[in-house]
Amino acid sequence: MSTLNSLFFLCRRDVLIAFRHRQQALNPLLFFVLVCLLFPLGIGASADLLKAIAPGTIWIAALLAVLMSLDSLFRTDFEDGSLELMILENQSLTLLVATRVFAHWLMTVLPLLLLAPIMAVALGLSSNVLIILLTSLLLGTPVLSFVGAIAAALIIVIPHNGMLLALLVLPLYVPALIFGTSAVNNAALGISPEGPLYILAALLVLSLTLSPPAIAAALRTGVSQ
Amino acid sequence: MMIEAKNLSCIRSHKQLFSELSFSLDSGQLLLVEGENGSGKSTLLRILAGLRRPDEGELFWNKKPLVSALSDYSKQMTWVSHRNGIKESLTGRENLHAHAALSQIDARNIDEALRETGLKAHSNRLVQQYSAGMKRRLSLSRLLIKRAKLWILDEPQASLDKEGIALFERIASDHLLQNGMIIMSSHHDVQLGKHSVVKLNLQS
Repeated sequence: MSTLNSLFFLCRRDVLIAFRHRQQALNPLLFFVLVCLLFPLGIGASADLLKAIAPGTIWIAALLAVLMSLDSLFRTDFEDGSLELMILENQSLTLLVATRVFAHWLMTVLPLLLLAPIMAVALGLSSNVLIILLTSLLLGTPVLSFVGAIAAALIIVIPHNGMLLALLVLPLYVPALIFGTSAVNNAALGISPEGPLYILAALLVLSLTLSPPAIAAALRTGVSQ
Repeated sequence: MMIEAKNLSCIRSHKQLFSELSFSLDSGQLLLVEGENGSGKSTLLRILAGLRRPDEGELFWNKKPLVSALSDYSKQMTWVSHRNGIKESLTGRENLHAHAALSQIDARNIDEALRETGLKAHSNRLVQQYSAGMKRRLSLSRLLIKRAKLWILDEPQASLDKEGIALFERIASDHLLQNGMIIMSSHHDVQLGKHSVVKLNLQS
């Protein structure tokens, strides 16, 4: 059996597990929707104001929802011993963890992207900006997942580490947030959003290539404690 | 096939768990690691499995340093710890299939392994409905699927009933007969009759 085959199997397994724990996978989604819907209630429902803050609101809600889902990423693997087995496999741990993070993104973040257009319309964002919003989220959320996974792997030995995770991860999330929202804002103002989108794409390539080895190294260290 | 340890020592949380530990194990032999709770049995087994580095000393696999033979070693070794490495939200069979795919081994043995460990009738139930003993049996059936030369087992008999222990002794005995090697820790007596058992006592 080839490596590709086993990566596919791993991805399928993770999707199946996430599907059987739908409730848990739905939590970040619910959080995302609630933040987007409660924001207008808190700051007043003037259409212009909502339009102006919509990109930021959606991006921040997505960012926090991803952050929320990260803690469980390697925790159960660590506790039930399957992480040990994964490390001992005669396969590149880097590829295995990259697959796991991808499966996690697929099951917890992708549904969020499907809801984002609805939230955007609810906040009064015009339809020609929608495609830019979706592009920025599509490029940006994998960055959030992969970079966040490094931190989740680093603190795997510490139980109840939600706060620490947020502290470690939030500074690293700032570039994605800034360029993500500025792409959408540019589009709303009629300026070309290409610049920030290219930078987001660059961040995506960087995080896809550089974070899996870092995640693998962090997990190895965590398990050897 | 041969595994050899030279002058292993390990310090954990500023406490010397063991030092100057040397042994070697040949095909068809079983190494039984004994010692009180906290004497470092699990830590020693984790070092032997390659999950942890010894603080001093070296390990050799077929006369080559383990660090340079890791790829061959991971093909020839199966590790079963007290954490079963099983996903609770998958069925027993799905767990074994996922394991076989990850280890790039043939899934043909799965049915036979399930039959041998007495889990065949339960193989399509979610593992979260299994008892502790059944989870253990499922974890041990990994040994029968991979058919590795060297088994490293941390308390394999834990939470098994009488029949389960007899089952374990049977598969362990078969494995040794086929020139396999086993390194295990245990609080129980291991009844393996004629096979050569090397005992290693860790004094705390």
